[in-house]
Amino acid sequence: MENHKVVVVPCSGIGKSLGTVGRVATYKVIERMKPKETRTVCLALLTMGDADALKLVRENPCIAVDGCPAQCSKKNIEASMGKLAHIIIVTDVLRKNRSLKPEGVIELNDQGDKLAEIIAKELSKKADEILHKET
Amino acid sequence: MTLATGKVGIICCSGEDLPEGTISRVATRLVLEKLRPDQTVTLCLPLFLAGGEDERAFARVFPTIAVDGCSKKCAEAGTKKFSGKPVATILVSEVMKKYPHLKAKSREKLKPQEMELATKVAEEIAKKVDEILCKTAKK
Repeated sequence: MENHKVVVVPCSGIGKSLGTVGRVATYKVIERMKPKETRTVCLALLTMGDADALKLVRENPCIAVDGCPAQCSKKNIEASMGKLAHIIIVTDVLRKNRSLKPEGVIELNDQGDKLAEIIAKELSKKADEILHKET
Repeated sequence: MTLATGKVGIICCSGEDLPEGTISRVATRLVLEKLRPDQTVTLCLPLFLAGGEDERAFARVFPTIAVDGCSKKCAEAGTKKFSGKPVATILVSEVMKKYPHLKAKSREKLKPQEMELATKVAEEIAKKVDEILCKTAKK
């Protein structure tokens, strides 16, 4: 496969800070850590069945980043028949880092940002693995 | 199912890929947290698809305002498709036309100028909330 990118799809999670943690982690990866190897797509576009969004997730490996066990991102990628390569659930990562207390939706507190950084590193590593397998 | 009194549902697109999506999200939270905390509720748009009947009943329980970042209007279309027609739609790109000096460039952390834009959008949402609640009270 050539010129493929890993599509990182965070949930829209607007009700809780963990949704923002997933969103911030995604931006850390696509804008700073792996800008050439990764990108994102609006989850709402997928939910609505936008043709370009569907093509993107069907032709590129996707990582779902879900803030809660409702797993909206994963379920919407699956419903779109996208290539779901990996799932990260923020609550699972939080369980392994119990000292962190993320707060804030408009803006994360420092602990939320630390959790996002941990998730971003995991995302970055996983993106490398996925792309390595494809080459 | 009847409309709940005194609450308006706000559904934003959250558009992860566009700065305007982040504006829609922050504006919605500003209304929920600061401008109209007792009169508004929200739901994640993708939960309409991932959730169950309770989530899909949202727009039948609450009069809703869709807040969309771009002209694709995912929040408006999604709410209509999965739950019920929104009473109103606020389009970030339209609000931006009124304030040409305010640009949206960041997807992650909003800069002061972008926060000002989000506040302008939030004020338009709050105004619409008041109109809806006023009409509901008169019925």
